[in-house]
Amino acid sequence: MHKTYKNSYKLYFAIIVFVVYLIIVPLAFRNNNYLLNVIITSSILSIISLGVWLVFAIGRINIGQGAFALIGGYTSAILLTKTGISFWLALPLSGILAGLIGYLIGRPILRLKGVYFDMLTLCMTQFATLAMLNMTKLTSGARGIINIPLPKALKIAGITVIPQFTPGNYIPFYYLTALILIFTFFALVRLNNSRVGRVFSSLRQHEGLTASIGIDVVKYRLLAYTICCFLGGLGGSLFVVYTQSIFPTTFKVADSVNFMLYCFFGGLEYLFGPILGSFLLTISFEYLRVIQKYQEAIYAVLLILMMLFLPNGLLSIRIGQLHDKTKLFISKNKKKVEM
Amino acid sequence: MSQIIINGIMLGMSYSLIALGLTLVFGIMNIVNFAHGQMYMLGGFIIYYVYAQWGLNFFVALLFAALLLGVIGLVFEKAFFRRFLRESRRPESSMLLAIGTAKLLESVALILFGEKHRGVTPFITGVVSFMGAYIPKIKLFIFIMSFILILGLLIFIKKTSFGLALLAIVQDKEVTKLMGVDTNRLSMIGFAIGAALAGISGGLLTLSFPIYAGMGSDISIKSFIMIMIGGAGVVPGAIVGGFILGMLESFGYGFIPGSATYLLIFLLVILLLIFKPLGIMGKPGY
Repeated sequence: MHKTYKNSYKLYFAIIVFVVYLIIVPLAFRNNNYLLNVIITSSILSIISLGVWLVFAIGRINIGQGAFALIGGYTSAILLTKTGISFWLALPLSGILAGLIGYLIGRPILRLKGVYFDMLTLCMTQFATLAMLNMTKLTSGARGIINIPLPKALKIAGITVIPQFTPGNYIPFYYLTALILIFTFFALVRLNNSRVGRVFSSLRQHEGLTASIGIDVVKYRLLAYTICCFLGGLGGSLFVVYTQSIFPTTFKVADSVNFMLYCFFGGLEYLFGPILGSFLLTISFEYLRVIQKYQEAIYAVLLILMMLFLPNGLLSIRIGQLHDKTKLFISKNKKKVEM
Repeated sequence: MSQIIINGIMLGMSYSLIALGLTLVFGIMNIVNFAHGQMYMLGGFIIYYVYAQWGLNFFVALLFAALLLGVIGLVFEKAFFRRFLRESRRPESSMLLAIGTAKLLESVALILFGEKHRGVTPFITGVVSFMGAYIPKIKLFIFIMSFILILGLLIFIKKTSFGLALLAIVQDKEVTKLMGVDTNRLSMIGFAIGAALAGISGGLLTLSFPIYAGMGSDISIKSFIMIMIGGAGVVPGAIVGGFILGMLESFGYGFIPGSATYLLIFLLVILLLIFKPLGIMGKPGY
């Protein structure tokens, strides 16, 4: 009885989110470009962060997602400006190329243990920025690539499936990013609930033991990492076409860190975590914009407070726990006074 | 050519000092102190204000920088990390807390100091000629100071019982506890020492390089590269890593245009880690 109740509760929640996300918001705010912009950006960042989540799911920290977003972005930018390829082809190609590079580089680096892997991924982001800066023939270096054309209409057998994107019109991008996010999310839900997902969970708990029961650790690690890089490339491509420009600094170390942050904020144990994190943090960062000067500092303080009081993310709050936590906090102080 | 080699060695000595702070913290607490670069930057700013603006003696300023950063390290460990490590479900999250502290220091520095690059005029001017290379006397001063500090640190670790206890924690925390050592208190002091070292390096190097509030992440990345090359958590690893990076940088800037240098360095690091996944002197178990 309890289980079916929980499942229908989740279903209702999903339906509500669906309706709000896909129907209410775009309808109600179709002229509020600012809000649409924030949601589109959050959606894209969610897609990229979901990739990072997947690597967390196998027990690793990936601070290199910015590199793959950059790779995907530049791939699309170059394909769209230098060749006449349709965006609808360039998008998956960017993802696939990013995934491929992830696969090739993942093989050697996933062997590294703990901290070395983390630090190396951090350096990878920096490396990507520098690489894009220096490969001037391909990427125009620091000048970046601008005036990237908007996606054209997609026609299948003469029927216009997707209309032409027009400048200044945010709604098509809204639906594009929303649908891709929803699709990605459900794809990952399926993956997570499958045997592969359970292997990931096992890897997170103890890689050695997982190997000892006969699982090809290398294969599954690589799978998670490749999908992560694919999502990074996909998101990067979307972002670049949305903003119609790309520079070597479009995605840098701070962005890689942010993707990690979104996952943590929402809760690493929950697939919805990175999505919640991206949306909440992007929106709140916008609100903080009014206090421009102190924005970063407040952000940092909030981050630290969250790590201290909610180390397992927002979604780990259980209603009863809130009461316990405040009690715990008070009694801890009392103890100190007594001693 | 000899200029490049000499430059590399001088750079290496200072870099080793920076790496030592980081590797010490990592060895003791198993946390990568993401704020290491920011602490370095703060040390530099303290020297800038106390020495260059208010005119106090340089060594006094340096001591002040060390003390202030040490206090910051103490506070971070006690107020943030210790609470966090008790309650978090996943060990990886400690990295995020470290990142939070780094962001905090950087944003506060930006508010207090602004984005301007600052420089300090060296108190020893002039150049020395050695083996066909020219060494600015101030860099020689930095070199000697770094050497003395590293030596001092090594003596402290190997000879004093306090230092030995720290080394013991690095080797095996559980057994050290069994020996009756208060690892909590020592971890706190270890972190403070690491922070102080970062501050001292920053203060020292300000004599020769400009500082700005945003330099934290660059320094942090360099420090990470050093301990990846040399091996995390082991003292000789930091020194080896520091010198190798110093030499690589010197040769790189000597022969290759600007930003491509670090591109090459990253590639070399990745190659090195493929063959030696723990760095040159790293010990397994981290």
